[in-house]
Amino acid sequence: MDVYLDPALSSRRTAAGPARELAAFPAREQGFVLHWGAVIARDNAELAYQFTAFAPRGLRLMDLDAMESWLLYAMDLYDKKGQVPAIRAFQDVEGFAANMQERLAGIALEDVVGVLERFVCGLNGRGLKVTVGERCHTDTETIFLPAVVGRLPEKEANFRLYKAMVVHQWAQGWYGTWRGGVLLDVLEEAGPQPQALDLLHALETVRLDACIGRDFPGLHRDMRALRLALDGEAQAPDPEWRDLVGRLREPSARVRDTLDLWLALRGRRGPTCCYRGELLPEVVRARMRIRAELERDRFRIALARLIEEQDERPPGEDRPEAETLPETAARLGARAKEDPDMPDGQTYELFLDGKPVAPPEDVISTMESIIQDLGEIPPEYLVAAGPGLYRRGLDGEAKDADSAWAGTYHEEGAFAYDEWDHSRQHHRKGWCILREHEVKPAGLTFYHATLRKHGGLIKSLRRTFEVLRGEDRILKRQPYGEDVDIDALVEAYADARVGLEVNDRLFTHRKQDDRNIAVMLMVDMSGSTKGWINEAEREALILLAEALETLGDRFAVYGFSGWTRKRCEVFPIKRFGEPYDDLAKGRICGIEARDYTRMGAPIRHLTGLLRAEDARIKLLVTLSDGKPDDYDPQYRGEYGIEDTRQALFEARLDGVHPFCITIDEQGPEYLPHMYGAANYVLVADVTRLPAKVSEIYRRLTS
Amino acid sequence: MQQHELRVLRPEEYFIEVEPYYEPVADEAGVFEAAYANGLPILLKGPTGCGKTRFMEYMAWRLKRPLITVSCHDDLTSSDLVGRFLVKGGETIWVDGPLARAVRAGGICYLDEVVEARKDTTVVIHPLADDRRVLPIEKLGELLEAPTEFCLAMSYNPGYQSVLKDLKQSTRQRFVALEFSYPSTALEQTIVERESGIDPGLARQLVKFAHMTRNLKGQGLDEGASTRLLVHAAKLIHSGVAPVVACRSAIAQALTDDTDMLSAINELSASLF
Repeated sequence: MDVYLDPALSSRRTAAGPARELAAFPAREQGFVLHWGAVIARDNAELAYQFTAFAPRGLRLMDLDAMESWLLYAMDLYDKKGQVPAIRAFQDVEGFAANMQERLAGIALEDVVGVLERFVCGLNGRGLKVTVGERCHTDTETIFLPAVVGRLPEKEANFRLYKAMVVHQWAQGWYGTWRGGVLLDVLEEAGPQPQALDLLHALETVRLDACIGRDFPGLHRDMRALRLALDGEAQAPDPEWRDLVGRLREPSARVRDTLDLWLALRGRRGPTCCYRGELLPEVVRARMRIRAELERDRFRIALARLIEEQDERPPGEDRPEAETLPETAARLGARAKEDPDMPDGQTYELFLDGKPVAPPEDVISTMESIIQDLGEIPPEYLVAAGPGLYRRGLDGEAKDADSAWAGTYHEEGAFAYDEWDHSRQHHRKGWCILREHEVKPAGLTFYHATLRKHGGLIKSLRRTFEVLRGEDRILKRQPYGEDVDIDALVEAYADARVGLEVNDRLFTHRKQDDRNIAVMLMVDMSGSTKGWINEAEREALILLAEALETLGDRFAVYGFSGWTRKRCEVFPIKRFGEPYDDLAKGRICGIEARDYTRMGAPIRHLTGLLRAEDARIKLLVTLSDGKPDDYDPQYRGEYGIEDTRQALFEARLDGVHPFCITIDEQGPEYLPHMYGAANYVLVADVTRLPAKVSEIYRRLTS
Repeated sequence: MQQHELRVLRPEEYFIEVEPYYEPVADEAGVFEAAYANGLPILLKGPTGCGKTRFMEYMAWRLKRPLITVSCHDDLTSSDLVGRFLVKGGETIWVDGPLARAVRAGGICYLDEVVEARKDTTVVIHPLADDRRVLPIEKLGELLEAPTEFCLAMSYNPGYQSVLKDLKQSTRQRFVALEFSYPSTALEQTIVERESGIDPGLARQLVKFAHMTRNLKGQGLDEGASTRLLVHAAKLIHSGVAPVVACRSAIAQALTDDTDMLSAINELSASLF
């Protein structure tokens, strides 16, 4: 010890003290300290002294693994910030040991968010997002959780705690804590009282836990175990409390019962609960208000559409500014129907003119969401939207159209494409003007960064794609080949015996499958992709391009965007026949978000390009983030969807197989209609897009 | 033709004696019977494990015809279906393929997962599948006419996404199509109960679990748990395997390899039992 500490020792400071303390430990621990002391001394003798001095204390608190992470943590600080913070870290050995437990067993939300989101999506009801928040709560659309949970000694138990938190927040939505705004109204009257709110939450937790216990016994068991472990004494059976809250455990208990009991028990304190987080009524109120309006409008617009289908003309044509059409209220009705899968055991059927109507998929999900929020379809919702609301719902914001068109009327170098007008059931001839524009290649920084970021993935992609390419097929019954095809030979022999014509295809031939696929990647460059979606798209393209290069499939990449029918644009990034070189890579890096998503014309243009390719299989893969949309209001909604559907249909007639990869969660509502049920994939998590796209392509073509 | 001396499978001689368990979902049995009476071929569409094959067995029993099933694969040649000459002791012997057998015996020929077969092979069935109802056997110089009892059926899963595997229009437009999907909650529960013998409470939880996995379709799962998988899990449970373990082995692992997805599904099953 004296040897390696020598530079740090002086007349007032000797190694005797630490040595004496260390002598009390077994040889293994002593060896550990001496070994690491020497290692640290090579960097800094002072640190080695500090380590040796505090090591005995550390040894009393931690095992050797933890000791090692303690000293590595301190050395890390030394490397990054210098000697003083490192010394401080050595001196604070107690603090480190205390946190150690949490560090080792704790679990970060980041690592489990994928599992939790899928879990909660599987549970039922409105899809909920899970994200990090300072306080554990929900706004009824997103669940906010702490970034790290380390309250329990094992990782698994901490995950269970996360799960319990998510379930509790989910249960508030599903079992109706906020339903109908009952709770919000009472709270508004009562004014802000944090302590009273806490009691209310404790009571509601009793009710929700009982609901969970009935439907999810496994979860309930976990949650009870967590409370026993973490809420300790508070959970100890307080018979009085148990009796008081007994009726909240009844299956018939609703949030109103919780409120009644709350008013009766004012001033008491409820037991604590490790997973319930907080109630933030203001946050919920704000979110629900936005959603209620949105869904009410959406629902009314859907009703208008149903009426239009029935009458075969849009309702309220004579009043273009009307928001609602009160006269339709009499024709519409909703009747409760039993449905054990719904939270309150009932769902609603829609009636138009006394006859039940089956609303389309997207309307059903809106209805379910309304029922989840309000417990019913309120009578005032049952009125069709007038043209005014219809337009507003479809618009968003209005801008000056003519300025956008300026300078795009001269038509040289432009392609004119027909567009399908579904209301006319006819093409509008030469309606869209499309131009090809250059993409300015950017530097290759992004390309290299992507390769670095996804290095492992690229390797495994190359491997899987090589398997595809290298698929040696043994072709049977060939006129020439390396080996005799016994089956064919026997057959031929038999044929010869009966006096039939002898087949000369008697050989097997080993041949690498010629894939003969041409794929056109059509990339959404609309304004909505700005930011991380655009980034994910570019990463996905780079990965896929690398994979396609391995595979040898012919491919082209085109971006598309548009602003009204006079300015549809496609951006050649890599044409068929062009090599995938630095220029093409640079163009991929240079993809940026532009305007709108008028999809029909670009699809027709790119289909034309694909048609010119001589390949057995022609694929048009669209990478998109939303439904067709354009600045001009006419194209929005049904018109755009129908036009796109028609363009895809025409592509199919030309032998092109269209496929769509989308990140739009609403995708399943319109994509089956446009592309066909099996011809799209939803990648809900943008960050996984790069990995997914190549995987999807592989599945698509093998 | 010579005496058969070769050991060959004669599926046309086996009739289904005991009524297979099948719960009708809608009027599929009626449609099938009507199509059968009119000599129309039938296409069963639907996701895997929703009861297509069981339905065929049930109809074969009901119509009292032998069921000859051919599982299609990409090396299936037309001689595999129709038949071929084989050599025995210097003599040649003709052996009928399953399709020819079914036609001769007036049975039901069921081509399972027909898209897996090579496209040139599927063409063999065309003359059988329209109003001609004949099977030409070129090598024998024979035109086999199908008796009225003969029926051609095939199954197809439209959920496949591979471009290379799609049914040709000329094939699919010869068939009467029956669409299958997962049965309703109550019915599915009955099926799981009947097939495995577990108690109703567990069956209900299993069906609930299946719905949870079906909620995840499109969120990373290609398909939710099929009724068949539920029955598998139920059987394991009936044999004393813990429900969570049964769900993991029989359902979760069968659905996906994605670790995040696996843990989510396992958590879902753990929350129910």
